[in-house]
Amino acid sequence: MQFDQILQYVLSGLSTGAIYALIGIGFSIIYNATGIINFAQGEFVMLGGLLTLSCLELLKLPLWAAIPCAIAVSTVVGILFERLAIRPLKQPTPINLVIITIGGSILIRGLAMLVWGKDTHAIPPFSGDTPIAIGGATILPQHLWILAITLIIILINKVYFYHTISGKAMRACSYNRRAAGLVGIDVRRMVLFSFIISSAMGAVAGIIVAPLTMIAYDVGVMLGLKGFCAAIIGGMSSGVSTVIGGLILGVLESLGAGLISSGYKDAIAFIILLLILFIRPQGLFGKADSERV
Amino acid sequence: MNFKVIHFIIAAVSLLFSANAFAAAPIKIGALFAVTGPAAFLGEPERNSAKMVIDEINKAGGVKGRKLELVVYDTAGDATKAVQLATKLIKDDKVVAIIGPSTTGETMAVIPVAEKEQIPLISCSAGSKITDPVKKWVFKTAQNDALAVGRIYEFLQKTKQTNVSILTVSDGFGASGREQLKNQAAKYGITIVSDDTYGPKDTDMTAQLTKIRGTHAQAIICWGTNPGPAVVAKNVRQLGIKTPLFMSHGVSSKKFIELAGEAAEGVRLPSGKVLVCDLLPNSESQKKSLMLFVKDYQKHYKAEGDHFGGHAWDAVMLLRNAIEQGADTPVAIRDQLEKTKNFCGIGGTFTYSPQDHAGLGKDAFVLVEIKNKDWVVVK
Amino acid sequence: MKKDLLLFTGFSTLVMLAPQLFSGGYLMNVLVFVGINTMLAIALNLLLGYAGQISLGHAGFFGLGAYLSGILTTTYSLNPWVAMPTAAIVVGFLAGIIGFPILKLKGHYLAMATLGLGIIIFIVFNETVELTGGPSGLSGIPNLKLAGISFDSDVKNYYLIWGFTLAVMLFSLNLSNSRIGRALRAVHDSEVAAQVLGVNARLLKVQIFALSAVISSLAGSLYAHTMTFVSPASFGFNFSIELLTMVVIGGLGSIYGSFLGAALLTLLPEFLRGANDYDIIIYGGLLMVMVMYMPGGLVRGIPALFRKIVVKGKAGNA
Repeated sequence: MQFDQILQYVLSGLSTGAIYALIGIGFSIIYNATGIINFAQGEFVMLGGLLTLSCLELLKLPLWAAIPCAIAVSTVVGILFERLAIRPLKQPTPINLVIITIGGSILIRGLAMLVWGKDTHAIPPFSGDTPIAIGGATILPQHLWILAITLIIILINKVYFYHTISGKAMRACSYNRRAAGLVGIDVRRMVLFSFIISSAMGAVAGIIVAPLTMIAYDVGVMLGLKGFCAAIIGGMSSGVSTVIGGLILGVLESLGAGLISSGYKDAIAFIILLLILFIRPQGLFGKADSERV
Repeated sequence: MNFKVIHFIIAAVSLLFSANAFAAAPIKIGALFAVTGPAAFLGEPERNSAKMVIDEINKAGGVKGRKLELVVYDTAGDATKAVQLATKLIKDDKVVAIIGPSTTGETMAVIPVAEKEQIPLISCSAGSKITDPVKKWVFKTAQNDALAVGRIYEFLQKTKQTNVSILTVSDGFGASGREQLKNQAAKYGITIVSDDTYGPKDTDMTAQLTKIRGTHAQAIICWGTNPGPAVVAKNVRQLGIKTPLFMSHGVSSKKFIELAGEAAEGVRLPSGKVLVCDLLPNSESQKKSLMLFVKDYQKHYKAEGDHFGGHAWDAVMLLRNAIEQGADTPVAIRDQLEKTKNFCGIGGTFTYSPQDHAGLGKDAFVLVEIKNKDWVVVK
Repeated sequence: MKKDLLLFTGFSTLVMLAPQLFSGGYLMNVLVFVGINTMLAIALNLLLGYAGQISLGHAGFFGLGAYLSGILTTTYSLNPWVAMPTAAIVVGFLAGIIGFPILKLKGHYLAMATLGLGIIIFIVFNETVELTGGPSGLSGIPNLKLAGISFDSDVKNYYLIWGFTLAVMLFSLNLSNSRIGRALRAVHDSEVAAQVLGVNARLLKVQIFALSAVISSLAGSLYAHTMTFVSPASFGFNFSIELLTMVVIGGLGSIYGSFLGAALLTLLPEFLRGANDYDIIIYGGLLMVMVMYMPGGLVRGIPALFRKIVVKGKAGNA
């Protein structure tokens, strides 16, 4: 096996992994603030991509204007979703919340199908598509965008969660919602905030991957699933460990496809994940905590 | 339970049905298409074409004074649903024939129903095993995958590019293509040096292509439907692979060129003639049907008609011809269909016989190359 | 106890009479699928509603049952009546083995692990082409035969499937009222407390996981023999989610709830068929509304709704 082949597998894996990571962080933020596993997260990825397309083609906006526009509209959908579906829930048991987000994801996907049709669409890359050679491997400028934006988002998250009042409040909610409420944190507002942040982040993920992977109304399902896995490997953290989770998943898939069998690549990734979970039931990065009775 | 109420309902329903029977009843044709779901790229143009051609026929006064009525159901590409809906078409809607389903998997699932209920089925999917062995009630209009593979292999044999890598999508379409690619290789003296697959929703195929780059392949054949092949074409370009790239007829529409952009240049693929119909000589027997189909489709849907829609167009026209010969019961329609000779449709020139329910010859496909965002016929 | 028996007798009588009411037609075919889905929903409900363990991979066990039955009867020409229990035993055994490490996990790790398991099984169906026929599916699976009757029509299949479904229901009702059922509920509420009281929680969870897999496998075998065709697409992640939805919409921990959930989600697409491409939107919207306004599921929501209407009606009259 040649070195440049391995290098290519790893590079490809890292760039797909970064996408999984971005989506995964969206899962984690909502989970930490609310205890909800938001199965509609993938749909915001789809919305981000398709809205950018509409801004570019229908409104004839330049790319730099289309992107914030798409993020804004996706965020509004996120707010509506929280207001209309999550907040009015009478019995917010975890399982009911799972079903409601599944219902929401089906609904959003269905609406997207009506608006944009069933076709796949292409979006032009941000800065050309001349391949960049690194060693014997190549990547595209868009891959650099993905890596850079993922990095920036982690940094912003870090600053927000550790150095702002509302970020600290949201972290408090994730440790103990009732206690957070007692010290005067408006928990419901934090829930809304978490939806705003994660829908915006999903949209960003959709926008930056669309030039590579193309976009259609049904891409959210698979990307959402992979993002969900990344978040769980990372122990549902909204920081570096979910990113590492995403990167591990991406690299495992790519190496599996290249070295073992392309047909079984997803299975290989999942088998390794299962083994990791069997050895460390508390997750890759979690500390074993004793159960309170 | 109040039996009086039930009796009343039954009476009312039967009255409704008998009232229908008194009017000059239209001939009901059923259709099963995967209008939503992963195979929507097949089902949607098929449904559109079938509706369009039935409308046109009725506008022209129907067949022998009777209108045709199309009952379409969406299977979402799911075999279970396809079987349920086939039963519904036969038992509730009482159709005389069924068009579809769109995919080979669904068709294989529906075949036992059609055979048992003795209703002619004209499938719009490509799998060779649908009509091989021949089943009494089952016909098909889509060209066999075997023919598309044969067209590519012929070219490769001629140009002495005998080491090929294949990369197929892991769904029904890709699996069927993969089987044919492997089965026919020896016949054309072709060696398959690597055999890889990718998932229908995968977004990056550089790993598979990196592996292919490490082999001595003289040609890469990718078998899939949008958007996968467009990603493959882009990745090939990204990795700087110079090996010629071949695709299947699954991407023979302008959509592929739009998605793959620059990366589509130089890609070759087998395609039904509908794609290049305006380039065909006037002596071509199919030309009249092709031009009519493309023109009607443009008029009705403001879009380019593709050969998937053509499968449904052919199926409706075959049925119309059978009905015009006086057949209006399932048995008579089946017998008439089997007698079809030299019908020039979109997919090719159909001649059915008791031994052949696929009805097409090798000339159904032409090999095209993408040049300057358009199609050029490869000689 | 007596009330339970009465309810079950009434329910089974209704089920057995149904074909007389809707003689023949397409509805029979849909009702066959209601039966199969009821079995699956009950299987998942035993795990989720009683033992409190989530599974996002149950379509995998359903598929294993279907494929094992299909392969044994076609490639190895086994009698379907032999193939069915063989498949169930193999699946139960596999679930038992995998159950030990998997059920050590909790919460979303368990969700993720079962989801992964389902996806791995799905990929195996797709990739082992020589065995399963790959994505194009496996056809030519024989119908079940009993005493000279071949179950090859919708009405015959209806009685066959519902015979099995009622048996599974009766078994599950008994299970939930038994010592095991009480132990399960104890594990559901607090695993540690149950263990203190002498319940071997871990073994119990694995047993119920295996049992749930066996019932799913049985449903899969029946599906294969009534459809006579199987393909991987029917056993994907989406179907696992649909099963979960059936259980929750019907009502967690209620056997009749599982029936209601399965019936609603199986019949709903039939009613929405007229809505063409809008059906997916209505479907998604309905799911959300159901959870919002009937958070306890249909089995608790319908009586509540009924009471509300009756009470309001009476208040109006007074």
